[in-house]
Amino acid sequence: MLQFLIKRILHSVPTLIGVSLVAFLLIRLVPGDPVLLLLGERGGSEEAVLEMRQNLGLDRPLWQQYLNFVGNAVTGDLGESIISKRSVWSEFLDRFPATIELSVLALFWSALLGIPLGVLAAVRRGKFLDHLVMSVSLIGYSMPIFWWGLILILFFSVQLGWTPVSGRMSAAFDVEPWSGFLLLDVWVRGQGWEAAWQALRHLFLPALVLGTIPMAAIARMTRSSLVEVLREDYVRTAKAKGLTRRQVVYGHALQNALLPVITVIGLMVGTLLTGAVLTETLFSWPGVGRWLVASVVARDYPVLQGGVFLLAIVIIAVNVGVDVLYTWFNPRLRDKIG
Amino acid sequence: MTAIKRLILCGLVFTGSAAFANKTFVYCSEASPSTFNPQLADDGPTFNASSQMLYNRLVEFETGSTKVIPGLASSWTVSKDGKVYTFNLQKDVQFHATDSFKPTRALTADDVLFSFERPLKKDHPFHQVNGGNYVYFKGMDMHRLIKSIEKLDAHTVRFTLNWAEAPFIANLAMSFAVILSKEYADQLLRAGTPQKLDLEPVGTGPFVLKRYVKDNTIRYESHPTYFRGKAKLDKVVFAITPDANVRAQKLKTGECHLMAEPAPQDIKGLEAHKSINVMSQMGANVGYLAFNTQKPPFNKVEVRQAIAHALNRESYLQVVYQGTATLAKNPIPPTVWGSAKDGKDYEYDIEKAKALLAKVGLAKGFETELWTLPVSRPYNPNGKKMGELMQSDLAKIGIKVKLVTYDWPTYLAKTRVGEHQMAQLGWTTDNGDPDNFLGMLLSCSAVGGGANLARWCDKSFDVMILKAKTSTDIKKRTVDYVRAQELFKKQAPWVTLAHASVYRAMSKNLEGYKISPLGMEEFYPLDLKK
Repeated sequence: MLQFLIKRILHSVPTLIGVSLVAFLLIRLVPGDPVLLLLGERGGSEEAVLEMRQNLGLDRPLWQQYLNFVGNAVTGDLGESIISKRSVWSEFLDRFPATIELSVLALFWSALLGIPLGVLAAVRRGKFLDHLVMSVSLIGYSMPIFWWGLILILFFSVQLGWTPVSGRMSAAFDVEPWSGFLLLDVWVRGQGWEAAWQALRHLFLPALVLGTIPMAAIARMTRSSLVEVLREDYVRTAKAKGLTRRQVVYGHALQNALLPVITVIGLMVGTLLTGAVLTETLFSWPGVGRWLVASVVARDYPVLQGGVFLLAIVIIAVNVGVDVLYTWFNPRLRDKIG
Repeated sequence: MTAIKRLILCGLVFTGSAAFANKTFVYCSEASPSTFNPQLADDGPTFNASSQMLYNRLVEFETGSTKVIPGLASSWTVSKDGKVYTFNLQKDVQFHATDSFKPTRALTADDVLFSFERPLKKDHPFHQVNGGNYVYFKGMDMHRLIKSIEKLDAHTVRFTLNWAEAPFIANLAMSFAVILSKEYADQLLRAGTPQKLDLEPVGTGPFVLKRYVKDNTIRYESHPTYFRGKAKLDKVVFAITPDANVRAQKLKTGECHLMAEPAPQDIKGLEAHKSINVMSQMGANVGYLAFNTQKPPFNKVEVRQAIAHALNRESYLQVVYQGTATLAKNPIPPTVWGSAKDGKDYEYDIEKAKALLAKVGLAKGFETELWTLPVSRPYNPNGKKMGELMQSDLAKIGIKVKLVTYDWPTYLAKTRVGEHQMAQLGWTTDNGDPDNFLGMLLSCSAVGGGANLARWCDKSFDVMILKAKTSTDIKKRTVDYVRAQELFKKQAPWVTLAHASVYRAMSKNLEGYKISPLGMEEFYPLDLKK
């Protein structure tokens, strides 16, 4: 098992190098010099522009800048933001808990709803309910997140007044960050039920929007996987032995059908983190996604390349974890790897 | 109380937002500040979150105007040659007491010296701290202008300049020119944490920074010993909300009392809302179309005048600005002193335009390029749309226009070196001084610097604005600026298009708010009605 893990981690190294190169080059291919952007209409003398470029290390050739970035990244130094002058690491860590809190909740509800819907559709295959679930999930899967979010804000927040429009916490509550996970911090700081409730209300809409696509994907995957398993010989045998449909589906088929669903959930982490870029911007959610958007607008090179690099590590780590889980749940693979 | 009872109670407040203790004012701001020291910044969101909230300047702009009034300096004198400024400081001005700093003394000349020497002197212990990029200080040429600063006694400071420059006083009222605590800086230096000076700020301003949660909220409490008296608001919260549409929704649901920068298309909806007030004021800005006077045929004044007559600018106000702007007659907006309000303007007249073109042998017109603004700016919300209108206007006098644009930084870079023929741009003043328009954008030296997009260099114009700049007598300066604008109008290096209005939307229970033509947000005078 350990050998498998090491092999899997080593396989990720080329991916990381690729990601670092793409992140590094993409932002530089976007037209717009960060120095000129900083100066705006005012402009500046050639001397001032040159000095600023030197300060930011942007006067060196591209390959040198890249090697510099990779060299420093290996030692854990991702540079500092052009705008805030703080290290990319600490800026990332300040925002990451907010993104995790949102993503976990989104994933939680999407699995909680997606799996039963998929089962329902598989069991009623070809019937009205199947078509209904599959149509809804197709719509969910193709929903433009930004538009969907705005519609929900207009309905839930503005029309009904049930949820706040945006942000992470009502302005009336001042919660001093401890772990960065607000749902935990309200208890640590002794703010109690009302604060926790406010935090949840703020999470509701963004998590709903962010979880929409994963929910649809999970429902579809569960359905197709379960349909396939229900065709297996052992299912027929179980039926022949006189087990009820409930026993067949929940006792025998579902467990096996869920294996590919675990992989999909792992892949969805990538979708969640990219979806977070839009969702966080729309809901003013102070997470990594919004931070990256702001860095693109300001052409904050170190933040963008460092931030994308760190997110890539997170996604790769989650996928390695999912692979391990997968082998763990699948006895055939487990025995093979040992 | 049992857990179940608590849950039920929570359920009861499901639809309501949590009630505020004391007078807590919530401002939906548009972006996160980059620092809490405005000396290191050049963007509005940072200035609003730091300069106006936490600090004071030697002199300040009167709330809602560009008039300079005493700040930390109660009075000042200027030498006859205009090069020596002596400031008398207010006594008993207290700095903030925070968790990490308890001031032992009030403001003195040492604090003023510290605050100006940091950006000025390269060997200052704080010069390089947190990047050491004093964008605005350098942008206003302060590093070359200031020759020396001396402390005459504990409450008197003398600035000596390298040349006489009347806008110097207005520069000192700008957001970057804040006074920091030297006592706090010394304490940080001893502790080996100088970078905290800009992150955990201590100032003399009306509010004290309580907490900043990245990209989320900034919390302030009123400064109990503020030298102008404690603010009526107890607490201020900046709820950082980048999307203008979402900000508008938050204002409607009562999650904030004031929103930054409403989008033009949202204004009607906000005006119609029963609990929202919408205010507007003409901004201290100008949108213009510049001719590259170094390139033919725009080197001929008749061609420039012809185009000025051919553009139906009134129609742009409706289509492009949706009625949120005023026609610009001069480069200096009427909200700034020195504007030639009574001067002549080019009326819309196709026949006159044709005659002018015929005079220089261009009766059949010509082909040219027009560069349209690629981004929405306060002085021009839609450059492309305006370009299309201009294109059709100019077609009427035979000028075939090709519309060209680039991404924003490239657009700025290319226009700065004069690659364009005609280009749209604009300007919002930094300090409300006429020189910040005429000197900054139309002087001969601005051709080299690149900010003079018309690349127009008229020696007699330059003499007039230089004379005005070195005098401290506002009446005499006004006369010179008005004459300079008359010359500008005749020579027409630009077509002045519009002065866009600034809009703010706020809850009806907010009192005392005034829109600043300079785009600053000042919350000290505010109060919340019950």
